[in-house]
Parts: sequence; structure tokens; C-alpha cells
Amino acid sequence: MVAVQQQKTGAFQVLVGKIDDVLQYAIGDPMRYLANWGRLYSLWPVHLETACCSVEVGAAAGSRFDIERFGTLEAFGSLRACDLIIVMGTVTRKLAPRLKLIYDQMAEPKWVIAMGACSITGGLYFDSYNVLRGIDDIIPVDVYVPGCPPRAEALIQGIVLLQEKIRRMPTLGGR
Amino acid sequence: MSKAKASPPPAAAPNPAPAPGPKPAAAPSPTPAPAPTAPPKPEPVRAKSFASQITSRFPEVKVEWMKERRLKVVTTPTRIREVGLFSRDTLGFDHISTVSGVDWIAKNELEVEYFVGSSTPGLEDFILAVSERVPRDNPVVPTLIDVWRGAEYHERETHEMFGINFQGHPNQSHILLPEDWNDLPPLRKDYVSPGR
Amino acid sequence: MTVESEYSPDSDNIMSVSLGPQHPGAGHFRIKLWLDGDYVVKSEPDPGYVHRGEEKMGEYRNYIQNVPHLERPVILDSSNILFAYSLGVDELMNNRIPPRGQYMRVIMSEINRIISHMYFLAIQGYFMGHTTMITWCMGDRDFWIDLGERIGGARVTFAYIIPGGVRNDIPEFAIEKGLKTCDWFDKRMDEYEKIFFQNPMVHQRSDRIGVLSKSDAIALGATGTVARASGLSFDVRKDEPYSSYEDFEFRTPVLTQGDSWARAYVALLDMREAVKIIRQALKKLPPGPVRLKLGPQPRVPAGEVYVRTEAARGEMSYHIVSDGSPRPYRLKIGTPSFKNLRVLPYLLRGVHVADIPVIYWGINYWPVEADR
Repeated sequence: MVAVQQQKTGAFQVLVGKIDDVLQYAIGDPMRYLANWGRLYSLWPVHLETACCSVEVGAAAGSRFDIERFGTLEAFGSLRACDLIIVMGTVTRKLAPRLKLIYDQMAEPKWVIAMGACSITGGLYFDSYNVLRGIDDIIPVDVYVPGCPPRAEALIQGIVLLQEKIRRMPTLGGR
Repeated sequence: MSKAKASPPPAAAPNPAPAPGPKPAAAPSPTPAPAPTAPPKPEPVRAKSFASQITSRFPEVKVEWMKERRLKVVTTPTRIREVGLFSRDTLGFDHISTVSGVDWIAKNELEVEYFVGSSTPGLEDFILAVSERVPRDNPVVPTLIDVWRGAEYHERETHEMFGINFQGHPNQSHILLPEDWNDLPPLRKDYVSPGR
Repeated sequence: MTVESEYSPDSDNIMSVSLGPQHPGAGHFRIKLWLDGDYVVKSEPDPGYVHRGEEKMGEYRNYIQNVPHLERPVILDSSNILFAYSLGVDELMNNRIPPRGQYMRVIMSEINRIISHMYFLAIQGYFMGHTTMITWCMGDRDFWIDLGERIGGARVTFAYIIPGGVRNDIPEFAIEKGLKTCDWFDKRMDEYEKIFFQNPMVHQRSDRIGVLSKSDAIALGATGTVARASGLSFDVRKDEPYSSYEDFEFRTPVLTQGDSWARAYVALLDMREAVKIIRQALKKLPPGPVRLKLGPQPRVPAGEVYVRTEAARGEMSYHIVSDGSPRPYRLKIGTPSFKNLRVLPYLLRGVHVADIPVIYWGINYWPVEADR
């Protein structure tokens, strides 16, 4: 027989609960808003070119469709400093363990954008012997950007959608 | 390339159907153009001379087909090295283009073809195809890296895609497939893609 | 400094490092390196990270269904890989493409050549730290992509050249836009010469780096810009003119230095010739249809064919074997990047680590194309 401990609902507990609500509104929420605001306008993608969609990411980072005006910096080599991984295109069976390793090495908080039809469901290469049918079997994905390849404006819309998601993130320390 | 063929010209000329473009730039005549007559096929002079040079030197080599700028000869794995050296040193075919394999499952054979071009001025448009056939259950052929050095990666790819063993090749590990591939060689006809 | 013939991998001063698939200087490709301090003793390329099995997939689709997936290996240059495929299928079927279709194929092929070379020069500048080159070239490349979009319909995957001709006719406003783009681009290329090719820092980083001699280029099977920078005048458009290339007047630029600067400069000279061809073709487009009606499942007679075209990076060749059914029996794609790959470990011997990206990108290697 497991004894269930009864919660005492006396006046002291109610007072503590109300102070907790007040602190949440006064300090917790603004801190979370500030932290999320800082994160979403300084996304830093890892430089991992996966397949042919990388051409459109290159065009998006170029001077015509500039993603740097949304805060997304140029793709970088050192993983520990980055917080975004854009999986551009087909992930083959040779690259899949490396992708998982790269994802594990990044520091929290981190987000994943699956760009292109091949990283969502395998795309045009659904019947190939060497292609993973979608990356959400190995890493959790936040935003899916469909297209083959998606236009640079579609990728920018995906990044803005990710920024909306980060703005509404509930906890202070990550997902 | 679309004008040089050894096969007979088509019986009926292909129909030039009017294209439904959004706004054709030039004003075309309303009547369709008269059926174009095929130009006379040029004689494959060079191909014949190369074929006769090769067959006079190696009598067991067979010529499979020839076109104005292409020639395919078939030989055996034991003689292909000498045929290769002859084509490189005497005929001038020293620039390897690619190496391709074909799986003739109905005849239980695998075929390896070496497509070689030339850097000699005047001969740069000609491609010689030297091929050999091996049985499917024991495909062993000699490597031709010492004849055409650039064939190293092409032979490695043919090895992993068809399972052909190139004897004497320094490194026959996987080049395109994942390192832990343990299924049938994928381009064989009895390997069915998992998606199908 | 240890030389390759004298080293053993276990000795204390050799460090093995992989310039891996996750690296800003590598792309979708890995180079295994053995280093002695700052010098490369031995290198071994490790492709295959984007091997998607195009050749096997080609055997499961018929000749028209093969068009979308065959243009994606070299998406920068998608028209040229389809050009060779269409020439092969047309030769097997004995198709005679109408002259307007042939001219449109030439125009699209040259536009794609410029688009591909602009990406090549952009990243070549980026690897040397010349960020003006990457922003200028990636921005100007978009004007040519726009022109291709008005002709083909999509941004980089035009799927325009198909067996039987081209998909649709060119609209009238695209001809004027094409001529205006050609005139503007000629002046722009003079600016590229001034900021990049005459830049003393670029000369310092790429002159006499990775020299490939003419005999080595022949023996290793080099093609395209790599061969033309080493003194070989390989150009399939001149050697065996296909699709009415003999109607146009252009040269094949050949340099003899064989170093990384020459390989980049050949790309610029190629673009100048491409602009000339586009201008001539747009001005004298013949009237008529652009396409033969082949139907959705064309029957191709049995046979074997080996075709070559000049893609932006080099000689693109197809070996198509057909057995009379609507699907190919064997579809072998010979891409220029895979042909040029053998040159890379040969050039990366005894160089500084900082020269590796300059040499590796300088052979105009696109990993997705080499892996198919």
C-alpha cells in the first residue's frame, strides 16, 4: 500500500504561490523575453553542406537575398559556437552518422531547419539505395522548408518562422 | 553528334510539330517546313583504319561497332593490357575518358569498357572503346593503371558497383559507397533498390 | 620536411587530420591529410558523401522521367548535364532536332556555363579571403539566373533541354533582356579582372601553387579548365561540334602556366567566349518549332552510344545502353569532377596547409557531381 501524501492548503502555501506568480511576471517573463530576443536575432548556422540545396543557401547569403539582415551570420566552422544547423538537401547513409555527431556536439540551445524535399521525406530520391528518407528519424527538426530547391525567399521565410518559434520559447535554459 | 550515325536513316522524317510557345519571337511561316532530308552519312574512314591496325596486330580482337568518331573493340582479359599499350603508344590514345561496366545478366557476363580519347592534334574527337567480358561469378581482370594512370578512381568505382576485382590495383576500397556497405554490388541487375 | 616516399604513418612527426565534411573549406567532401608541421606529406580524397545512386535510379525510370533527377548532380550547371543526356537519347532514336531548338540548347548551355563559373570564382575568392569577389559574383550571378528563369521557369533547375529538343520557346522580352545582360556583363568582367586577377595578394596566393604539367594532365585524364590551364586545348565544342556549335565564332582559351591562378583565369576567359556565343545566337535565331513531339514514353531502339559535351567544368560524357525497352539498360554518367579528382592528391604534395583550399577548389571540383 502506497501512502499518498496529502498537500496541505493552508494560508502559507497560498501566499508562497502568489509570490511565485508575482516574481514570474515581474522578473521571469521579461528575462525570458530578453534572452529569446537575443537568441533569435543572432542565429549562427554551422557550415555543413549536404547536397544541392547548398547552392540556394549560398544565393540566400549573397548580396541579393541577404539573410544577414535578419541576423543570421555567415556559416561557421566551429560547432560549439553555433546554434543553428540547416540541413540542406539529401542526407546519404554515409553522411548520416556524421550529421548525428555534429548535432550532438553543438551546445544547447540549438535548432534544426530541414531544407528541401530530400531532407523532409527523401524527396526525388525516395527509391535510392543510399538515401535517408527524411532526417527527422535521426535529429529533431524545428522548421521544414519545402521545395526542390526552395527559393531563397522561401528559406528566408523559414528562418523568420524559426525566429517566431524562438520568441515563444517557454523556458529560459533551452528547449 | 546528331548527324554522324552508322545506323540506317529513319524511314519517315520526324514530324516538326508547331511548338505552342507563349510568344514565338520571329514570325514563322504558317505552313510547316518541308521534311528535312537526312544528310549523307560520312564514311568512318579513321575508324576503319584503326580497326584494321588493331586486328592485324591482335587477330583475336573483334570489332563490335564503328561510327565516324567512335570505335569499339572487344577483347579478353588476358590480352587487354597489350591492346591498351598498343592503342596508347602506337595509335596515340593516351587520355582516359572514363571506365564503364555493364551487367549482361541474360548472358551471365560482366563487361568492362575503357573509353579513351587522344591528345594528338586532329584526333581529339575520336574515342576508342576497349572492352572485355568476364563471367559473373568470378570477375577478375587486370588493372590498367600503368597504361592510363587516370583510370585509378574509375576502376575503383567499377569495382564497388559491380564487384569486379581489378588485380594489381593499389586500393580497392569503397570510394562512393559507405564504408560499411555489405550488400550486393548495387549496379548489378539482381540487386533491387529498397524503394522498389 | 618528409616526402611521401620516405614517411611511415606511425612516425612521431606525422599528424593525420581530416579536412572533413563539416568544414568551411571543404564542402560535401573529405580530404584525409597526413601533415608534417605545416606541410602536406600525403593526401587522399574521400568522396561519396552525396552518392545518391543516380545511375541505378536511371534504370527504373523511362527516358523522359529521367530528366528531373539527372539535372540535380550538378545543379549549378544543370543544362549541360541534360544536354549530354539528350544528345545521347537523340542519337539512339535518330532524332533530328529543329534548328531553333538547337540554338536554344546552345543558349541555355552557355548561360549555365556562366552561372557555374560565377559560383566557382566566388568561392575561389572566398577561400583566399577576398570577400569582395564572393559578394560581387554571387550578386551578379543572379542576373543570369533571372535570364534563365525567364526562359526555363525555375531558378536553378531549369529542366529545359530534354530529348527531342527544348521544352518551350523563348519569350520575346527574354531576347532583349539577354542582349542587355550580355552588354552589361562584358563591362563587369573588366572590373573582375582589375580587382581579382590583377590583385597582387591574389597573385601571391595562387601563382606557382599547384602546378600541373602538360604530360601529367594527359596521363591523369584531366579535362576542362584544369586541362586548358596546362596547355591542352581540349574543348568538345570545337573538337566534335554538336548541336550547331559550328555556326558560332568563338575561341578556346588555353594558358600554359598550369597553376591555380591560370585555372581561375581560364574560367573568366571561358565566360567571355560564352557571352559572345549567346549574343550571336540571340541575334540570329532561326524561326520554327523547338521540339519534336516524342510522347511521354518514347521507344528507343536497341543500341549503345557514347556522347560527350563540354560542361562548365569539363567533358561530360554519357554511355547509354538501350535494349529496346522504354527504360535505359545502363546509364553511365562520366562527370568532369570525377575525372579531375585524380589530379587532387597529385597536386597536394609538399604544399602548405593554407594552400589546400586554393588548390582543391581551383580544380573546379563539385562534390555532388563527382558522387552522382
